[in-house]
Amino acid sequence: MSFIQVRDVWQAYGGRSIIERVTLDVSEGEFVSIVGASGCGKSTFLRLLLADERPVRGTITVDGGDVAVEPGRERGVVFQRYSVFPHLTVRENIVAAEGFNTASGWLFGAAKRTSRERADAILARIGLNHVAEQYPASLSGGMQQRLAIGQALTAKPRVLLLDEPFGALDPGTRVQMHDFLTELRAETKMTVFMVSHDLEEAFKLGDRVLVFDKPRWDPQDPGLYGATITYEFDARDGGMPYQHILDRYPSLKPQAEPAPERLLEPA
Amino acid sequence: MRLINLSPSRPLAVFLAAVPFVAVLIAYAAGSEIRLAANPADKLLPALSTIQETAVRLFTEGDRRSGEILLWKDTWASLSRLLGGVAISASLSLVIGMVVGLLPMFRSLLSGFVAVLSMVPPLALLPILFIVFGLGETSKVVLIVIGITPFMTRDLAQRVLDIPHEQLVKAQTLGASSWVIAARVALPQVLPRLIANVRLTLGSAWLFLIAAEAVAAEVGLGYRIFLVRRYLAMDVILTYVIWITLLAFVLDWLLKQLSRKAFPWMEAGL
Ligand SMILES: Nc1ncnc2c1ncn2[C@@H]1O[C@H](COP(=O)(O)OP(=O)(O)OP(=O)(O)O)[C@@H](O)[C@H]1O
Ligand SMILES: [Mg+2]
Repeated sequence: MSFIQVRDVWQAYGGRSIIERVTLDVSEGEFVSIVGASGCGKSTFLRLLLADERPVRGTITVDGGDVAVEPGRERGVVFQRYSVFPHLTVRENIVAAEGFNTASGWLFGAAKRTSRERADAILARIGLNHVAEQYPASLSGGMQQRLAIGQALTAKPRVLLLDEPFGALDPGTRVQMHDFLTELRAETKMTVFMVSHDLEEAFKLGDRVLVFDKPRWDPQDPGLYGATITYEFDARDGGMPYQHILDRYPSLKPQAEPAPERLLEPA
Repeated sequence: MRLINLSPSRPLAVFLAAVPFVAVLIAYAAGSEIRLAANPADKLLPALSTIQETAVRLFTEGDRRSGEILLWKDTWASLSRLLGGVAISASLSLVIGMVVGLLPMFRSLLSGFVAVLSMVPPLALLPILFIVFGLGETSKVVLIVIGITPFMTRDLAQRVLDIPHEQLVKAQTLGASSWVIAARVALPQVLPRLIANVRLTLGSAWLFLIAAEAVAAEVGLGYRIFLVRRYLAMDVILTYVIWITLLAFVLDWLLKQLSRKAFPWMEAGL
């Protein structure tokens, strides 16, 4: 059974279908990019994966567990904006990823000290140790997103959801963030969903690229039908398909090499 | 250059800020001069020097009978009523506002009720308060509380609702319970707003206090003003008005400083 199972999911707001009949299987550790026209329901799909909303039909399960009814530590998220807490310093934002999980919301004594040390290590890793005491508002957009990703990863989620995380960044910073994300992924091996409007980014980072679009279209009432996954691309190996098909279907392999020689042997 | 782009230099700004104050003083002095020239016994616009003498007397000399300095007694009585009422209102509105803003169940239960409550004209309730709580301190404090709590509650609830949904989701993905979200995400972000609200409502709080004191009290700044009105003691009234204004200004300034010191993250930003 696959790690994430999306089964026949529909979502509608006020009778308007937004997404319909979405079925998807994702294995653990896969990076799934999601692209599609603006307003077609990509963020809605992420909210469903996050369990921030529940679908009107269908189920989403992670690792064979129960259908989640609210967001939790299993699923981390980074939004385009508002992902970090403005009233906490950069370091406190990282520490919060551990502190918020306690009954009081605060860490004390030794737990606090070790958490701060871990936070400093993470800040060094994401290149923000020099601004540990500052508030997020004084950070650049790229630094804020790095902080948001660092914070999400500190909670060690099994699935990371990214909604246009680099949408507001300039192209140079974006490339840096790609490298940063690629490195982190190599370290953590977590499953990632990323919504993006940048096709190049989607193919560069993703193992799979899903395209959301409306398969049915009513010219009288464009809001009648919802979007679903209309295309899916294998983005591994630089987008060249079937590079690993022999792993999956070993029977297609050409027979062992010595065979032709045998043919040459005199009967 | 367009007028909207024309800003004063620093000295000019200070000068401009002083202009209205000086203008009022000059207008008053001139008016007082003219009236006193016509009738030296005129009480309506006492000379600035008379006001000053009265002020010194009020602040330093004790009452003939009791020996107590009434102005300080009035100040103490009024300030404790005012600050007591405001403190109770602030605590109540913070708790109710957070509950209404964060918990949909309580929002359904309370938001309509609070909206209707805030439409009740508090001064119209004053007779009821006097009947129920008597003429003592309670009724005055309760009037302030009734007068400003609904407004503050609605505003704080709205501020909690204005916290981006993303932040609440984010906190949940970090494992935060409802309590932790209230204490560590919502509360720190509405506290600055609470102080802003207290600053905004202090004006109304003074209004309710002086109204209640005017109707029934034995001591207090509002009581004294309405008492000496009978003798047309304009110099005393003006001294009290200026004193109240000064107190209100200092309270406002203190709250502003508190807000600056306590919430450095509000000022962060490039
Ligand atoms: N809570 C909601 N209530 C009603 N309608 C909603 C709600 N959330 C989203 N919608 C509608 O659903 C549609 C899809 O929104 P969604 O944000 O998922 O699109 P998107 O694909 O993420 O678009 P974008 O690329 O612009 O971010 C939009 O038409 C939006 O107006
Ligand atoms: Mg979106």
